[in-house]
Formats: sequence, structure tokens, C-alpha cells
Amino acid sequence: MSDTGSESEEATERTALMDGHIAEARPDREIAERIARKKKTKSDSQRTYGSVERSDGGGPSGPSRSAPSGSNPQPPVEAQIEELELKYGARHVIKLFVPVTLCMLVVVATISTVSFYSVKDVYLAYTPFHEESPHAVTKVWNALANSMILLCVIALMTVLLIVLYKKRCYKIIHGWLILSSLMLLFLFSYLYIEEALRAYNIPMDYITLAFVMWNFGVMGMIVIHWKGPLRLQQAYLIFIAALMALVFIKYLPEWTTWAVLAVISIWDLVAVLTPKGPLRILVETAQERNEPIFPALIYSSTVMYCLAATTTATAGEGERELRPLNSHGTEARQEGAQAAGDGGFDAAWEARREADARQPRRMRVEGTAPAQYTTRIERPPPQPELEEEKGVKLGLGDFIFYSVLVGKASSYGDWNTTLACFVAILIGLCLTLLLLAILKKALPALPISITFGLIFYFATRGIVKPFADALAAEQVFI
Amino acid sequence: MTLAEFYSCSLLAFGPPLVMFAMTIANDPVRIIIMIAAAFGWLLSFLLASLIWFAVVPLRTYLVFGMVFAIIFQELFRYGMYLLLRKTEAGLKEISENHDIGSNKLEMAYVSGLGFGAMSGAFALVNVLADSVGPGTLGLNAGTEYFFVTSAAMTLCMILLNTFWSVIFFSGLDDKYYPKIVWVVASHFFVSGLSLLNRNELYAATIIPSYIVLVITAYLAYRSAGGTARSFIQSFTVRA
Repeated sequence: MSDTGSESEEATERTALMDGHIAEARPDREIAERIARKKKTKSDSQRTYGSVERSDGGGPSGPSRSAPSGSNPQPPVEAQIEELELKYGARHVIKLFVPVTLCMLVVVATISTVSFYSVKDVYLAYTPFHEESPHAVTKVWNALANSMILLCVIALMTVLLIVLYKKRCYKIIHGWLILSSLMLLFLFSYLYIEEALRAYNIPMDYITLAFVMWNFGVMGMIVIHWKGPLRLQQAYLIFIAALMALVFIKYLPEWTTWAVLAVISIWDLVAVLTPKGPLRILVETAQERNEPIFPALIYSSTVMYCLAATTTATAGEGERELRPLNSHGTEARQEGAQAAGDGGFDAAWEARREADARQPRRMRVEGTAPAQYTTRIERPPPQPELEEEKGVKLGLGDFIFYSVLVGKASSYGDWNTTLACFVAILIGLCLTLLLLAILKKALPALPISITFGLIFYFATRGIVKPFADALAAEQVFI
Repeated sequence: MTLAEFYSCSLLAFGPPLVMFAMTIANDPVRIIIMIAAAFGWLLSFLLASLIWFAVVPLRTYLVFGMVFAIIFQELFRYGMYLLLRKTEAGLKEISENHDIGSNKLEMAYVSGLGFGAMSGAFALVNVLADSVGPGTLGLNAGTEYFFVTSAAMTLCMILLNTFWSVIFFSGLDDKYYPKIVWVVASHFFVSGLSLLNRNELYAATIIPSYIVLVITAYLAYRSAGGTARSFIQSFTVRA
């Protein structure tokens, strides 16, 4: 599509990107080099790539940072990389543990206090089989069929997104993301608040509620899609993931949820690791273009909103060439609308869930260099350098499915099971991050964690729980 | 009332471990990871023990049987943790920003012991605690009203014991001084065996000896970690 007419524009756009981020072509290397040469690189790059002015804020932070190892002029880059990977590993693991834990905590707390989310009455339109038969075989088949349908939808949406991204239809993608986060932040938050108020028996008038919802939603939109304090953005992303997980728990039939978890983690494996996997294509394209992946989809332990700013800027640049594609966009939206016709609110989800669940499910360590230049200029007090060097990113989809597993486990009322799943998932995440440090490429975050989680869920529920209950009942301590 | 009971019992059982966690572990990522790994190790050991308990159907009513296996597996996994930590010691030192980590060899033993204990304590108590919130309570009509309190006290004892056991165990393996390991395993069997009396509501007979064992174990752990009477007193005086 992009070759419709504005070939030259595309070229300029690309070169513009290259100008800005030329040093970032190989993120890892670039980070290491920057660390190695410290401040020097920075000021150089700032001077050379003229679009970024030297800022006062960047000044003071530089020298202080150059102190530790600034004296050695050119240490072997490879060794530096190794050391870095290891050094930041441990802290970044914790930086992911905390949000994942918080997200699970929100879900578990909600599940165990608000009964609305554990009552099954309505189901998603994607899961036409409702597992109402008493026969185990039928249930299994229902669950598998449901999860396959869901997987197909997800795969389809992933491919659609990749195509849009490949064709540089940033406007459409952003529209899609904004629409879905709008739905989540307003409609689903409203449902959540309503049910929470009902569960805790708190009366509230509609005016107050509308006021609260408006402020909450608008702030969320601003923070996620434009800019705002990092903590706030992270909080919103965690909340969105938790809401999405609650929606899954509520609207998926019992066994379908487990089947979906298993199927999704296999899909994740395929999508990220196979040479033609859609997520892999997405990551590679993003790397090629030196762009971050959409902020609404990824939780980052580093500054994120500036990345959003960068992306929107690019989208703006490419606007004209994208215009012919708008028809494509309406098609997509129509598709969504059709789906909406099927099952009321499903369209909203389709977009959102697909968007959320799909391609973000992956983590990677990457240097977020270009954006940092922007940040440094926009915000006088620079962040501590270390924080900015490199962040670990975890797709919101991972948050969602981790929380679905733990939330589902907690919905049966046994806290041992919940705890076992929680620890299993964290260990899985640890192992994934370890692999990430070893392999140094984008990895699927779901397979290991979800496998551990599922194993421990079923083992605990079937075998450990009776034993633990017997021990507790007789007060035998082992 | 039930809510007060819930809070007091949870604080009794998990308060001290929580403080230990917050003050010694929470600010070091590597330690948190090791603690979670230890918790996972305990989980695996418990899973294996329950598997055996579950598989041997005729003996399922005898908890002693399950208990013995649970203890054996726990000690095996403690040994496994030891091997794992000693193998990865160099790597851990590298990834932690705090470079004097591992300056005391038993630091990791303490961390993994706390992870072990926390998980075992959580498994022993969380469901009891969840029930203690109400709406019903124990001791009004039948049963003893001391159930929750003694349960929480025993849990605390087990958490602390696990921490100290790990320290003693690791130091025993480091120094190849096996009586320490024998003490760990023997006292583990002793305390768990005592808790079998709980079913007859002989709580005093369980708790008092258990806490005596706890004190002895704490002393041994302190000595193993290189503490002396003088350093004990010094730790209370204000440092400049």
C-alpha cells in the first residue's frame, strides 16, 4: 500500500528516523558502547544528530555518571555486554515481579470479594459451547473447540495487526488501540466499580460516579497514549491488565479457561520463535524501523510515554502516505462491528483483547535510547541514568494470562493452590528471564510460566490439597 | 471478633518473618530471587510427599506416614538448595550489585531457609486463617478456642526453625561436620512428631517443647554463623 505514490516521502521518513537513532541500530551493542564511553558518546550523539539539542538537564547527569569507569577509554565491548546482561538481570527481574504480583493481587482480591466475577451466566461469543453437559468427554471437547475458536480469532487479529504495521498504517493501529483502551477504561471500569460498590455495600450517586469515571478514564487515556508520570502509566497498565483478566475469568466457561491458557502458551511459543511467526515479524520490523512497540500493549520498567510520543510523531509524518489505507481501516472496523452484532459487547473486546493479548506477549531487553534523548530534553530533572539504560518489557498479554491463571485458581477458594500457582509463575518468569539473558532475543514469556502454573494448579488441587487439609485439620506440622 | 482473631493470628505467625524479610531481604533483588526459588523448592518437596501419600492408598489415613516422607523430602530439597547455591555462587555474586554478597557464606543459607519456612508456614496456615475470618469461630460450641492461636504459634515456630535449620545444615555441609546435619534432621522429626499430639488438643505438650527446640536451634545457628556472646551483646548497643 505504501508504494502507492509517496515513495520519496517514505524515503525521507526513513532517513529521518535513521538520523535520529542511528546509534541504536544494534541496541545491545549500543548500550554497551554507551556505558563504555559514558558521557562522551552521549554528548557526541547529541551534537551530531542535530535534531536533539543539548539540554541543561543532560549536563549534570553525565559527569557524575562517568565517574565509575569513565577513565578506561575503550574496554572490549563484548565483555561489557556480558557484564551488563548479568548486572541488570537481577534488578529487572524484581522490576517485573512487582507489577506482576500487583496485577495478580488485584485480580485475586477482586475474585475473592466480588462474587460477580466468579458467577457464570453470560459467555463470550467466541465460546459457543457452554460446557453444560454432565459428560466429561463432551466438556473436554467443548473446551477444546472453544479454545481453538478463540485461538483462531487471536491469530487472525495478530496477522491483521502485522499487516497494518508492515504497511505503516500507524493511524489505524493507534485508532484501534485507543478505541479498545477507551472501552476498557470507561465501560469495563464502570462495570468493575459498580460491582465492587455492590459487593462492599457502598451507596454512591450517579453524579459522583460519573465525575470519578470521567476523571479516571480521561487521565488513563492521556497517560497511556500520550504522556504522564511513569508510575501512573504503569499503574494504569496494570489495572487494565487486571480488568482484562477478570473479564476472561468471568466470561469464559470453566474448562475453556484452562484450555485457552494451554493453547495460548503454545501459540506464544510458535508465534515468537518460528522464523515466520507473526510476533517475531512484528519485533523484527520494529527493530528494523527503530521504533518501540505500542505503549498500550507493553509494560516497560523504563520510561515509556516518551516512546509513545516518538511513535505518534512518526505516525504523523507518515500520515499522507497512509491516507489511501483508511478504507482498509474502516473494513477492519466494520469487521469489528459485525462481531459486535453477534454478542453485544464483543466487538469492544475483540479489539482490546486481541490487541492486548496478542502481540505484546513477549519480553525483551532493549535499549530505549532514542526516546531517552527526547526525555532528557523534555524533562529537566533527568531520571537516574541506570534506569534509563535498559528496561525489560513484558507484554500486557502476559500480565493478563498470568492473572487469569492465578485468579482462576483462587476462585475455588483454596489459598494453597493460589499460592502454589503464584510461586510457580514467578519461578517460570525467572527462568524465562534467565534464558533471555543467555539467548538475548525476544522470548515468549508465557510457555514456561503457564506450564508451571498449570502443573502446580492441577497437582495442588488434586493431590496436595487433601494432604495439606488433613495436616491442617489435625494440626500436624511438617 | 473473628476479624481481630484473624489479624492477631496472622501477625503472630507471619509478623516476625515479614520483618525479617523487610529488613534483610527485600532490598536485594538476588536475595528475593533466591527466596522464591527456595519457596519453589519447598513446594516441589511437598508435592512429591503428597504424591507418595496419595499413591499409597491403604496408609492414607495415617498422617505419620505422609509426615515422614514430607520431612525426608524437605531435607533432601534443602540439600538440593545447598548444591544449587554453591554451584551458582560465582554467578550470583556477579549479578548482584551488592558486591559483598556472600561475604558470609551462610547469608544464602539464611535466605533460602526463610524461603523454605515461609512457604511451609503459608501452606500450614493460610487456609486456617481464611476460615478464621468468620462467620463462625471455634470454641463456642465444640472444639477448643485455642485452636487458631496455637496453630499460629506453631507456624511461627516452624518458619523460624526452618530458617535456622538451613543455616545449621549449610554450615554443617560446608565444614563437613555431620553432627549438625544429624541435629537438623532429628529435631525436625522430633518437632513434627510432637505436633501429632495436637489432635488430642494437648497443645501445651507440643508448643513448649517445640519452642525449647527452637531456642536451642537458634543458639546453634547463631554459633554456626560465627556469632559469639559478645557480638550478641554488641548487636544491641548503638552503633556510631
